[in-house]
Amino acid sequence: MAVFKKPASLAEVTTSYCPGCPHGIIHRIVGECIDELGIEGKTIGIAPVGCAVMAYNFFNCDFIQAPHGRAPAVATGVKRSLPDHVVFSYQGDGDLAAIGTAETVHSATRGENITVIFVNNAIYGMTGGQMAPTSLPGQITQTTPYGRDVKIAGYPIKVCEMLSTLDGVQYAERVSVDCVKNAIQAKKAIKKAFQNQIDGKGFSIVEGVSGGPTSWGLGPVAALQWSRDNMRAYYPLGVYKDRDTEDKTND
Amino acid sequence: MSDKVLMKGNEALAQAAICAGCRHFFGYPITPQTELAAYMSKTMPKIGGTYLQAESEIAAINMVQGAAAAGVRAMTSSSSPGISLKLEGISYMAGADLPALIINVQRGGPGLGGIQPSQSDYDLATKAPGHGDLHILVFAPSSVQEMVDLVSHAFDSADKYRMPAMILADGLLGQMMEPVVLPEKAKEPSELPKKEWAACGHEGERKHNIVNSLYLQPQELEDVVKARYERYAKIEADEQMCEKYMTEDADFVIVAFGACSRIAKSAINIARKKGIKVGLIRPITLWPFPVDALKEAAKNAKAFLSVEMNMGQMVNDVKLAIECKKPVEFFGHTGGIIPTPAEIVAKIEKMQEEIK
Repeated sequence: MAVFKKPASLAEVTTSYCPGCPHGIIHRIVGECIDELGIEGKTIGIAPVGCAVMAYNFFNCDFIQAPHGRAPAVATGVKRSLPDHVVFSYQGDGDLAAIGTAETVHSATRGENITVIFVNNAIYGMTGGQMAPTSLPGQITQTTPYGRDVKIAGYPIKVCEMLSTLDGVQYAERVSVDCVKNAIQAKKAIKKAFQNQIDGKGFSIVEGVSGGPTSWGLGPVAALQWSRDNMRAYYPLGVYKDRDTEDKTND
Repeated sequence: MSDKVLMKGNEALAQAAICAGCRHFFGYPITPQTELAAYMSKTMPKIGGTYLQAESEIAAINMVQGAAAAGVRAMTSSSSPGISLKLEGISYMAGADLPALIINVQRGGPGLGGIQPSQSDYDLATKAPGHGDLHILVFAPSSVQEMVDLVSHAFDSADKYRMPAMILADGLLGQMMEPVVLPEKAKEPSELPKKEWAACGHEGERKHNIVNSLYLQPQELEDVVKARYERYAKIEADEQMCEKYMTEDADFVIVAFGACSRIAKSAINIARKKGIKVGLIRPITLWPFPVDALKEAAKNAKAFLSVEMNMGQMVNDVKLAIECKKPVEFFGHTGGIIPTPAEIVAKIEKMQEEIK
């Protein structure tokens, strides 16, 4: 009989995430994938600056805390030193798509054989709700109190779309964990992103369209609904790049 | 003993790192450290090492950070404007107790400055190599041979004390060619001591390792920093290095490091022929500063002269070291102008006049 239990690769601690924040679900999925692939002992995680800064406390694998935005560069250093190990970064939108854009783009275009878990909640949560590079046009945040005016603050970055133009990228998929069906798909994507690395296929990124109940000023259920109603249109779910299927098409 | 070979300073730094067991180099192009990275790009692939050209100095230092955290001997090299960009990573590495080697082949500043030799990153390296309370080990070679010798020592010291180390060279040393003797037996990475704290996969054999510089509880952070400063105090007591040249009877002691010290020696030889007793203390470690040697020299010397290729940075450390017990003067040029022996002798003669 299958017993529902916490993945072994997740630590027996309470996380620091806000109630209702999808970070917990995404952590669990990553933990399940690490368990099922049997890679905890040879995995090194890279924690970002942002809400997931203390991810090193929530997993049982080795972890390095990186400067803001630099997780892919730190991951590169680890992977080039330990090519037989599994290296993943876990990053938010400010970290990955603002201060760390160069590190993201260049680790991707190098085809760095790492796995990037990107959690997009369209806001800087840790610092109290400022505009993120992925905040939606019109979105009210602490630093766009009248709504994000694209004439002043520009447009959001669509990370999967952008990275899918790079030849070095093996795999880019955008997922959600807002319901069981989507969470199952998210797990498939994250597992594939790890498996790609194990198979030496190169850079894989899974973007989770997430939510930030506290920073958005919404309850957990309302936040999920806001994510569905608003973020999903700007950030459609799906596979943006998969060299496996491209290669098949080219054959 | 190995044969003498003629090498450019920058290339010697690279080969010395390889001989010290370094197989991971992450760089970004900048003048005048160019030959170092070029040498690495040519050599590393042949010996199973990694040469990676990063997208920026910021990325390069963070790749070093990742490699260092994974437990390998890693390095980067740059020149002054690039070093500014590396300070974030250096601070994080100091805060996470990570050893690594950073080479700074200095050029003139501030800003884009120039590309000629300079020593104007002295304060940056010794006083504020990043945000927060921290030190890094700083070594100042004055010849190509010493570059070779100090690279190995810097790596070993960084590992011993678990902190970043910097070789503070300059464009003159980096670009000049001299005969050098390389270590007879190069170290293999497998010969280096294992790092039990490294994030290299626990393989189910230990609790997971965390490499981190974040401590949100003030007391915890203070405790960690204070413990690090106890280590720094031990380094200040045990690791001072300097060369003394004709200091025994010196009335005037020149303090100069790196390329400047070579010019100072020429100046001393000229001054001695004129009957002026001048000597040199050449700091080899800039942090820790060779305070003991300076204190000793202050007992008999009449005055000190700090000669630097900047606007006067080390001169303050000289004053502090001798507790201002004797006059301390400064002479230097900046912007890539190299002081001449004649200028230094003229300055010493002026000091002699004033003391009389």
